[in-house]
Parts: sequence; C-alpha cells; structure tokens
Amino acid sequence: MSEYLFYPGCSMESSAKAYYHSVMSVCNALDIKLNEIEDWNCCGATEYLSLDVTPAYALIARNLALAEKQANGSKTVVAPCSACYLNLSKADHYMHENKAFGEKINTALAAGGLHYDPGELIVRHLLDVIINEVGMDKVKEKVIKPLTGLRVAPYIGCMLPRPDYNNRYSDSEHPFELDDLLKALGAEVIDFPLKTACCGGHMTQIGPDTAFELIRRLISSADDYKADVMVALCPMCQMNLDAFQGQMNGYFHTNYKMPILFFTQLMGLAFGEKPENLGFGSEFVSAHEAMKRIGVQTPLPQDSKPAPKKPAGLPMPPLRERVGQKSTTGNEEASE
Amino acid sequence: MNENVIVSDPPSAGPLMHEDLELLHEVALLTPGDSHLEMCIQCGTCGGSCPSGSAMDHTPRAIFAMLRAGMREEVMKSNTPWMCVSCYYCTVRCPQDIHITDVMYTLKNMALKSKMFQDTTASDFSKTFISYVENYGRSFEIGLAGIHNVTHLRLAVRLPNMVPMALGMLTKKGMSPLPPKRIKGMNDLKKILKRAKELEAA
Repeated sequence: MSEYLFYPGCSMESSAKAYYHSVMSVCNALDIKLNEIEDWNCCGATEYLSLDVTPAYALIARNLALAEKQANGSKTVVAPCSACYLNLSKADHYMHENKAFGEKINTALAAGGLHYDPGELIVRHLLDVIINEVGMDKVKEKVIKPLTGLRVAPYIGCMLPRPDYNNRYSDSEHPFELDDLLKALGAEVIDFPLKTACCGGHMTQIGPDTAFELIRRLISSADDYKADVMVALCPMCQMNLDAFQGQMNGYFHTNYKMPILFFTQLMGLAFGEKPENLGFGSEFVSAHEAMKRIGVQTPLPQDSKPAPKKPAGLPMPPLRERVGQKSTTGNEEASE
Repeated sequence: MNENVIVSDPPSAGPLMHEDLELLHEVALLTPGDSHLEMCIQCGTCGGSCPSGSAMDHTPRAIFAMLRAGMREEVMKSNTPWMCVSCYYCTVRCPQDIHITDVMYTLKNMALKSKMFQDTTASDFSKTFISYVENYGRSFEIGLAGIHNVTHLRLAVRLPNMVPMALGMLTKKGMSPLPPKRIKGMNDLKKILKRAKELEAA
C-alpha cells in the first residue's frame, strides 16, 4: 500500500465524475491510497495567470501549503488533471528557482496563516505515478480482462509532457508512456501522431472557430488510424473532444463519432471492474458500440431514450445535428 | 534635400537601443523565473509551432521583435497573447529556451492593466472564471459557460447549439446547476488574495 496526497481539482466533482470514479476504482485495485488535501481550492486553471500573476500563484500555493502541512509520510501530491498538475508543479518550480518570487508568494500566504517551503513536495500526475511508481509489472498482474481487439488512440495532450520541469516523460512531443500502459491492458494502440497536440483549451469559449479546427484535427487523425476510442487524461481535453464533437461536426459538416474515454476507465475495465462503476454512459459520444465490439456491455448514454421527448417540450430549435448524425452513421455502417 | 538626411548607425548598434529595451525588461521582470526573453534570435520556431497562430494578428516572433523595438501600444493592443492556448509547443521548441507561454501570461496581465486591449472576450472569460474562485474557492463550469455565452453577442449566436449541450451536461454528466460548496478557509483565502494583489501593485 502506497500513500499519496491527492489534489482532485474542481472538474472531478462536476464535469468529470467519470474520471473521479474510475480513478478511485483503479487506485483501489493498485493498492494506492489517496489522501485528499483538506479544504483544497481551485488551481485557477489558465485563467488566473492571465489576469494577475501574483494572486494566481498565491492561489495555487495555498494548496501546496495545505498539502505540506498534511504530509505524513508521503510528500508526493498526485493530480489527475493536466492543468492542475502543471499549475502545482509550476508554482513549486518558480518559487524554488526564484527565491525572491518564492518569498513574495509566501508573504501573501502568511496573510492566511500559511507557508510553503518550495521544493518540499513532489508534484506528479496520476499517469506518471502509475508508470513510474506502481510500475508496469503490477499493472499487468492486475489485468484479468484484457482489452484485446480494441484500437485505442492514446491522447496525452499538452501539459504533461510540456514544459515537464522534472523530466518525467520520455519526450515532449511523442512520449510513449500512455502507449505502454494501454498495451499492458491488452489494447491495440495506434501510433497516434497528434498525441500531444492541443485540444483547444479554453478556446471553445473564446474563439470557437479556432477550437473546432483543433478538435477536428485530433478526431480526424484518430479516425484515419481507425481507432475505436480515444483516451484522455485531463478533464478539459475530454470535455472539448467529447462534448464539443457534435458542434465541431456541425461546423465542418462531418460525421465523426469518436468516443473519448478517460484512461482510467479502460484500466478499470481491464482490471475487471463493472462499467457502471467506472462512469461509462456519461460521455456525449457513446462508447457503447465500440466496447460492444470487444464484448463489453457498457451502459447506453443516460438520455438516449428520453431524449426525443425532452427537447420537444422545450421552446428551442430541434436537435438537428444529433438526428442527422444518427441516421448517417447508420447508413455508413450498413454500407461498410 | 539629401544633405539634410542625418546618417546614423543602423538601429541594431547597441547604445542607441538602450532606451527602447525598457519595455523588454519590464516584461522580463514581471515574468516569474528567468524568461530568457532578451535571447530571442527571431527564428520564428514559435509561430511555426503555434496551433492558434492563424488567429493571431502577430506571431509570437513578431511580438518579441515589437517588444525589443519598444512598440508598447501595438503589443498591448495585439490579440496574440489572448489567442495563446497554453500548449507549450513554442516553449519546448525554442532554441533559446524562452519561456514563451509564461511571457504570454505576462503580456495579458500588462494589457489588462494598460486598458488598451479592445476585444474583451478572453479577459471577460477569465474574470468570470475567477469571480467564482474568489467567492467559493472553487470553479463553477456551468455558471461560467452560461454567463459567458449569454453576455457575448458573438458567442450568443451559437446558443441554440449550446442548449442541448448544457442539457447533456446536466443529464449525462450529472453536473449540478448550483454553485459549488464554499471552501472552509474562504476568509483566509480572501486575505491571501488581497495581500497578493497588494504585492502585485507594489
């Protein structure tokens, strides 16, 4: 049993509950005990850094200070979200590198009775912990239902391998860690060229045209390589690629239906956990068909049955994209 | 006519540029860590690596040249930092190890303070995001997306597409439409942020 300090991040409690449940299940199977940092706050994502640098770092550092206070045995903070991981890691890195800056942030923390000693904690992403601490041997040992025949696009995204202050990843643009992990689960991993390309980040809310193009590139590349599903390891990446896939299809008049799952959901399946306990069915683009092909019955999206009724009663335009998508995909499958 | 033209050294000759470098140094000073900003060799790797470069009015390389030339107003008005998606491609590819993404954050900070930047879509998004953090200690995705999309005309035109998505967020993802639970140490966090803002202004 290994213990870690755990920084879940806001999304895990709202848009990425599937990630939360699957992380808990997987860590349980791997004998990882996660001690949630008491009373943690939002890391500010990329937004606070855009407004005010000093308060942004103070906001992040409050979490580090709380974690340091709580550290009992383990000095490693694990974050499952790429943005949270990078923010925590970045604050620690710059406070350590630039002493005057570290003191400035600590002066701010002192107003709330807190203090953080830069360099005191080790900040890691969950993938890094699973690969480098738990080890591939233990993962292979736990696999009882290999994902044989499932073609997976491993999508790492930006903020893990870049800027990678502690050189934890094999490459900043083509790291192989996630590929190795998925192969250990028995999946067929495609050689995904865009594995660390950008998902669009917050551009879906600022410049949707830019975001849709970035989403399209990723989805179409995974589709070209005939991936059944794509896995993400960040709530933001998953949300952009999954929830905005319909709007992206509408924008480019395409019909992609690429299910986007969290890597822990596939790990959980391979470890023999029931799909219901891993948050399957909460994705916008259903993974039901893809998983059925390898003999795994995952729940249908929760609104797939009442959907036609619900919008009918609301004063808004019909779900044109959705209906169109369903019919054309049906035809495609028939012709194949 | 021609005899009136004063022949001087080209602008690259060190001492003549000294005053202009003020802006470059200001940006470097406001960026945490050593940004290596003054090391730019104008190779353009940053712009060539940028996934949102096509939406920028100047490439990052051009921005660094403009900083060196002291073109404060032009840089503050540029949409370049606001289009940055924080993917860090430029940062890891830069042969001079310039912390480009961090410099972009600094430029956003400066542009906001200078009040010169015109399109506020990106900064409004950040401000709404942070208003929840400053009040609850947590972010609130549904509230943020709702307020941001309704208050921006350019985004509001896509509301018909956003509504089914918002419904999906509530039904499929089981997200709560209510604001998050306030953290226990909210008062202390407010004091920390207040002190940090004072330090930033100092």
